Amino acid sequence: MIQAQDLMKVYQMGDSEVGALNGASFTINKGEMVTIMGPSGSGKSTLMSIIGCLDVPSSGSYVLDGVSVENMDESKLAEIRGRKIGFVFQQFNLLARTSALENVMLPLTYAGVSGKERSDRAFKALERVGLGERTHHAPNELSGGQQQRVAIARALVNEPAILLADEPTGALDSKTGVEIMELFQSLYQDHGQTVILVTHDSYVARHANRIIKLSDGNIVSDEVNKNPIKAGTPRAEE
Amino acid sequence: MLFSENFKIAIRALRANKLRSGLTMLGIIIGVAAVVALMSVGNGATASITGSISNMGTNLVSISPGTDEGFGETSAAPSYLYLSDYERLEKQLKGLNSITPVYQSGYDVTFGKSSHSIAVSGVFENYLDVNAYKIAVGQKITNAHNNTQARVAVLGSKAAKDLFGKLDPVGEVIKINNISFTVIGVLQEKGSSGFFDPDSIVLVPLETGYAKLFGAEASHNSKPLVGQISMSVVNAEGINNVMRQAEYLLRREHKLDPTEKKDFSLSNQRDFLATLDTVTQTMTIFLGSVAGISLLVGGIGIMNIMLVSVTERTKEIGLRKAVGAHKNQILVQFLIETLVISILGGVLGILLGIGVGFIVKYTGLLTPQIMPSHIALAFFFSLAIGLFFGIYPAYRAANLHPIEALRYE
Repeated sequence: MIQAQDLMKVYQMGDSEVGALNGASFTINKGEMVTIMGPSGSGKSTLMSIIGCLDVPSSGSYVLDGVSVENMDESKLAEIRGRKIGFVFQQFNLLARTSALENVMLPLTYAGVSGKERSDRAFKALERVGLGERTHHAPNELSGGQQQRVAIARALVNEPAILLADEPTGALDSKTGVEIMELFQSLYQDHGQTVILVTHDSYVARHANRIIKLSDGNIVSDEVNKNPIKAGTPRAEE
Repeated sequence: MLFSENFKIAIRALRANKLRSGLTMLGIIIGVAAVVALMSVGNGATASITGSISNMGTNLVSISPGTDEGFGETSAAPSYLYLSDYERLEKQLKGLNSITPVYQSGYDVTFGKSSHSIAVSGVFENYLDVNAYKIAVGQKITNAHNNTQARVAVLGSKAAKDLFGKLDPVGEVIKINNISFTVIGVLQEKGSSGFFDPDSIVLVPLETGYAKLFGAEASHNSKPLVGQISMSVVNAEGINNVMRQAEYLLRREHKLDPTEKKDFSLSNQRDFLATLDTVTQTMTIFLGSVAGISLLVGGIGIMNIMLVSVTERTKEIGLRKAVGAHKNQILVQFLIETLVISILGGVLGILLGIGVGFIVKYTGLLTPQIMPSHIALAFFFSLAIGLFFGIYPAYRAANLHPIEALRYE
């Protein structure tokens, strides 16, 4: 699904260059649930941007679902994002004063789907996340957990190759966070959805089957997590 | 992505901030309304002035004392036009329909207790023909009246109304400067021409005027003066020929060298009309431009608000890009927002401008001419303003980097 080879990302800061990513190589297979973990400044956001095709690496190669992405121009990248990536953000990023259904329809709109097919698919995606009843509510009429579910439905509606979640529970209380993690695990286990979590929180990280740890722009470990936490298990004292 | 989708997004964004959208639109509304109203008022004024002047006929030539070399020059000696000048032209000028001298002066005209200050003109029989006046009731001033220095008067329609109200003036005796005159006729109404009221006049026989009314002012070196000589030519096309001839004759009569400046001026309605047309049209364009500036200011207002809106919605733009929006789709989305403001503002402004035109019409000042070309001009101008001032904010939105936009707080 993902083949990354020597990914480097260098930012120009005034006169000096700062390396945010210093040669990361890894492969993620279809149907895996992987966490990319690291403290802030470790380069995980940069890596997430590249995986999500929001940015291109300075050097190195990146093949997503058989497509080489590293040299694509902006408009091609937008198309790839629309078709293959489903984003879930910490702050949900729903459009205000816009119903849940219309929020979920947004990626389809940009992908050129319209009419009944669009609303049917959006409705199904909302049903999958358990919000079939609240399709006409605006974000401000929904709880935080419900808003994140709408965001997940929006990410799923295009049947993306990768569900890419950036600190998806960061803005939620622990109980709601558990529900969201349950949803991710069920998408992975029951539907074979490839899920990539990006987090700094090791408890959240351990819900996944594989954990890639980043530090100072380098991958410091890439290990299989033999006993992933089942969502709902209380947070252990660390 | 369909245009209707973008249109819906734009409408939603505008409705989300009704007050702000409304105020932004107001700039365009006022600008467009001002353009439409001022240009239609300007055109109405032009039409009413030129219309009433061309009513007087385009085959008229009038000769007045004084040079026509420009406003700046003051002639050393006062110049005069004599009754003998009229007689010379009347005898020798070819191609004339009719010709008349006029001597005009203002007097208090009274009938009973009603008294008005009215322009009194001493005229010959041809005066009515030359100036396209018609008799409504009674009879006109004839050569016989002049020859006998009869104390008779013909009233303009407004003068008659002012002095007599609803009474029939014919046969009544009025006093001009305390001298009695018998009213023998009333003129048909001509309508105001904007500069002077051709219905507020009193006509008397010129010879009577010289003998009884005008006094010493009306003569110079014992020769009777006239204020103006008016004539109508047979053929309007040959009017310049007649004017050249008239100038030649008067130069001889006034004993002027060919190199000397003439001490009289010739003018015809057609030249005057052309000049006036240029003046009023310049005026209309000037008014339109002033209004256009306010439209420009409105456009800058739109750009300002759109830039604020793009900044406010940076995160939204980032999200749209993350879920697959192309640069051009973002550009179009924001451009449509500006266009909706400017087009809707343009349409409302046109309606308001037409409304102002109607108000002006009902005040009776003048009848504004609302021309489709003005409406089209105002509409396309507001459209252009929307495009011009919308493109930069939309371009800024479209070129936001998705990651930076998503992270923007």
